[in-house]
Parts: sequence; structure tokens; C-alpha cells
Amino acid sequence: MTTTQPQDLKTNPATTVDQPQAAEVEREFTVKARSQREQVTRRFLRNKQAMGGLLVFLAVLVIAWAGPLVYGFEFSEVKPEDASVGPGTLGHILGTDGLGRDLMAQIMRGIQRSTLTIVVAVVIALTVGLLVGLLAGYYGGWIDNLLMRLVDLILTIPGLVVLIVVASNFPDARTALGIAVIIGAFGWLDLSRILRSQILGLREREFVEAAHALGASDRRIMFKHLIPNMLGSIIVWATLTAATVILLEASLTYLGFGVANDISLGRLVSEGVSAAQTRPWLFYFPGLMLLVIALCINLIGDGIRDAFDPSNKRVRA
Amino acid sequence: MFFFTIRRLLSSVLVLVASSMLVFALCVASFNPLEPFLLRQPPAEPAAIQGLRERYRLDDPFFVRYWDWLSGVVTGDFGISNGGTPVGPELMGRLGVTARMVVAAMVLAILLAVVVGVLTAVRQYKPEDYFFTFVTYVLIALPTFWFAALLKEFVAIQFNDLVGQRILFTLGEQSPAIEVTGTTSEIFWDRLGHLILPTVSLAMLSFAAWSRFQRASMLDVLGSDYMRLARAKGLPWRRALIRHGLRNALIPLTTVVALGVGLVMGGAVITETVFVWHGMGEYLLMSINADDLNPVLGWMMIAAFFVIAFNLIADLLYAVLDPRIRLS
Repeated sequence: MTTTQPQDLKTNPATTVDQPQAAEVEREFTVKARSQREQVTRRFLRNKQAMGGLLVFLAVLVIAWAGPLVYGFEFSEVKPEDASVGPGTLGHILGTDGLGRDLMAQIMRGIQRSTLTIVVAVVIALTVGLLVGLLAGYYGGWIDNLLMRLVDLILTIPGLVVLIVVASNFPDARTALGIAVIIGAFGWLDLSRILRSQILGLREREFVEAAHALGASDRRIMFKHLIPNMLGSIIVWATLTAATVILLEASLTYLGFGVANDISLGRLVSEGVSAAQTRPWLFYFPGLMLLVIALCINLIGDGIRDAFDPSNKRVRA
Repeated sequence: MFFFTIRRLLSSVLVLVASSMLVFALCVASFNPLEPFLLRQPPAEPAAIQGLRERYRLDDPFFVRYWDWLSGVVTGDFGISNGGTPVGPELMGRLGVTARMVVAAMVLAILLAVVVGVLTAVRQYKPEDYFFTFVTYVLIALPTFWFAALLKEFVAIQFNDLVGQRILFTLGEQSPAIEVTGTTSEIFWDRLGHLILPTVSLAMLSFAAWSRFQRASMLDVLGSDYMRLARAKGLPWRRALIRHGLRNALIPLTTVVALGVGLVMGGAVITETVFVWHGMGEYLLMSINADDLNPVLGWMMIAAFFVIAFNLIADLLYAVLDPRIRLS
């Protein structure tokens, strides 16, 4: 016998007159009700790849932020006598670059700056995308037409080229933060489309109609009803975009239009490319670190997507 | 179908015109042809600056400049770069170079994506599935230029040593002056040798993303009722798979590929930089660094043209493959 409210029977035994002797009903199974949030969390925690990605990512973050406190070298410490030594020599775990700066310290600093870039870019893109998607989806009509046509127009130009042109306009914005703003300013296009199509479906649902009938303002409906129902898509988009942002920052820096006045993981990888033959540690370590971070973010994003919608894990007939 | 095509064609032309206005606005706001003169030491005379402003017609209203430029582009005249060379012929020459790489990369990526996507879907949860899923995950997380550099620095040389002969080239799109000294066949093989590595590195990222999509699409199709009916009717597995499964599973891929053209073009700029090709990517970066307005405008127009053309082809192809679209 299963019941969803085991506590009720324990606190209110035998409240009906036709069961005077059943003070405690014997049950074999009880099922505790789980909220949607709990279900999603459980599915995520059970996903081995996603959990692996999450653990590795957290480990990387801990090393990057707590590492400099215990590590012997500073990222900006120039030691010409130690220039270009390989990994493991003279106390430099991963070696040094041409100026004698320790690679491990630089990588830790680079990860710090790059994670800042990711957070800022995703927040900016999320805000704009949410706004545009909500306006277009909820109000429909000419606003929808106008906004979506604008999005399509911007998408006809290859994204990387737009970013290059815009970045070339602002030579002072060659820091991790500046690049984050530029990437975020153009990263909202796909989110607005995703949210708009979701809202087009959601807005016909009964709870929206009910809220409207009760006199809820548009803003209230949008923020208290629509957004919580789109949270799955938003979170998945945010994680997958985070991976794209970090790779985009690296590509921009490689082409010469990205981070120049700051250390970032992308910059370390770009500079390592030119040293690939002579000093392979400068090439491999930053590149592998970037690969690991992007891989972990992708695994986490896929895990969240599967947690919200496990339908694609069906075994095929 | 005919009217559908006409409607789509007209809509594409409109989008192209609107895109040209956006491109023009963006570039005019970003690049000032007078920049090198303004920064020169000793500073140029105001009269000379004014003369240049009039020559480049910088003081004309925006729409007059836009119309001037657009009417030129439509007749094939992309204007003159800051150095005085006409932009059009330069762009077209370099377009041929880049197009080789982009087309080869897209064909390779599509073929591989279909094969791997179908394979991993049919053999879901078997070792092949896990292996290819791992490979695609890694490829998606790789920075393009790092992977290209990896191929260039480490794979090419080892491969050439292994074979004993210089097959894979890492620099440029052809050996210098081979057009003058070589026969057509020699030129062809030389270009092919130069083409392999850039094509592979450009194709890998797209292949990874598309194969994952194709796998999901194929899984959907394999679980569908008509596939079950085909098998229940007694069709051999391979026949049911190809005639009923694959045909349906390929349809969503056309949309994804069309949307991915912009990404491939961006990747082509990066790949050309890594392998030092004298193609459109190099031209674009050179012009942006030199604050050169007309070449960048020409580049963006050609890029937008190809993106819109690919979208149109994908729309039409989708309508051909899925009759529900053209009848709606």
C-alpha cells in the first residue's frame, strides 16, 4: 500500500467511524513526495559524467583561487635568470615563459580572469536576452516581428567578425572585463529566440490565463509565472554559453583583438602557440587547461539539460 | 513549390539589402579612412584633411554614402582601399582561395557527422557510441586555433617523417610560384597537400556539433512508429534504416548546417591565420588593422551574401525533403 501522506495517518489515527480498530495501518512501501527541484537535483547527482565534470571544475576553481595563497611564485614576478625552463626545474611546477614568469602562477591568474569574463559575459547576455525574449514572446505582434527580424539580421554576419570589428573600436577595452562586455553584448541572440518560442507556448497555458484573469500585471506574470517555468532552458543556455565565451575569448585574443593588458587563459594559449616547437610546456599546459574547463562546463550543461528533461535517455525500441 | 521558391527568394533579397545597411552602419561607425592621416607626425594640414574628406565624401549624409556604395556593389565595384588598389579583384581572388577550404571543410564535416551520428545512434550504449561521444565532447571543447596548431606543429611533421615524403604542408595555400613553374597536375596536388590540414582542423568542430545533433535526430527517428512498422512489415534492417530512417533523420540537419555557416566562416578566419593562408581571413584582419573601410565592407557583404544564400538553399532543400513545409 502506498500513500503520499504517511504523517497524516500517524497524527490522525482512525478518524473514520468504519475503521475503529485500524489505529496503525501496516504498509510495505511509503513514498515521500518530491518537489520538482528535488527531482531535478537527484537526476543531476546521479549523472556520472555531469558529476565528474562538476567535481573537476570545482577542483580547478579551488586551485585557481586558493592556489596563489600557498604557491611560491607570483604571476607577475619576472625572473630573467629562470627564463624558459621546463616543468619541474627550479621549483617551477610547470616551467616558465620567456621572461621567467612562472607558468603555474600565470595559469592560476588566467583562470581567475577568465572565470570573471565568463560570469560577466553570461550575466550581460542573460539580461538582454531575457528582456528581448520576454518582450517579443509575450507581446507578440509588431514588437515580436521587429525584434526577431533584428536578431536574424545581426545573425547574417559571422559572429566572430562582428566581435573583431567592435573590439577594434575600443582599444582601451583589451582587458578581461572589457572583452566580457563585448562578448556579452552580442551573446544574447540565441537566448532571445529560445525564450521567445518557449513563451509563445507558455502564454497559452491556463495558469497564465488565470493570473491574467485575477488581474496580475504583465510584469508580474512575466517574472513570477513565465520565468520560473523557463528556468531549465535558461540554466542550460547559461552553461553552454559559458563554454562558448571562454573559447571565443581565446580565439579573439589569438587573432589579436582580445585581451592584451591583462592575463587570461586565452592569452596564455595564444602566446603558447608561437612557442609550440621550442617550449612545448607553454603550448600544452594552458591549452589542456582550457580544454578541461570547456569540457567540464559542457558536461555540466548537458547534465543539467538531462536532469530537466530526461526524455532523451529513453532506450530505443 | 514554384511560388514558395519565389517568395523565399524575394525575402532573401530583402534580408540581404537590410543586412547591407547594417553592415554599412557598423563599418562606417568603426573605421575612419582619415585615421592614418590624423595620427601622422607632423600633423597633416587642415586643408589637406579637408581635401581628403571631400575625396572620400565623408561629409555626405549617411544615406547618400550608403546609396553610393550599394550602387557600386551591385555593379561589382567594391571601391578602392586606402592604398589605392581596387577592392573587388583582390576580394574575388582571395575568395577562391578561402572557398576551397570552407567548401572542403563543410563537405567533410557533413559526411563525417552523418556517418558518425547514424553509427552512434544505431549502436547506442555500445563501445563505439562511448568512444565517438567522448571524441565529439573533446572536439567541441577544443579551441580551434590550438587544435590547428597541434596538427600543424606535431601531426604534420611526424606524418611526413613516417611516410618519408613531404605530403602535408603547413604554410600557405600553395608553394610559392608554382603557378608559374608547375603543370596543372602539379599545381593540383600541391594545393591538395596544402589543403588537407586546414580542412581537417576547420571541419572538426562543426563535425562534432553536427554529429551530436544527428545522433539525437536519428534516435528520435529510430524510436518512431513508422520505423517499427517498416521492421514489422519484414523489411531488412539496412533497408529500413536507409530508406525510412536516414531520409527523415537528415532533414533537421539541413537547418543546423545552414545556421552553422557563420561559425564556419569565423573558423575559417582563425584557420587561415594559423596556416598563414593568403585568403579572405588575412585580408580582413589586415584591413581592420589598417582602418581600411572599403575592404572590410566588401568582405562583410560577401560573407552576408553567402550566409543568406546558404539559408535560402537550406530552406528550399527542407521544403523539398519535407512536403509539409511547402504546403503550409
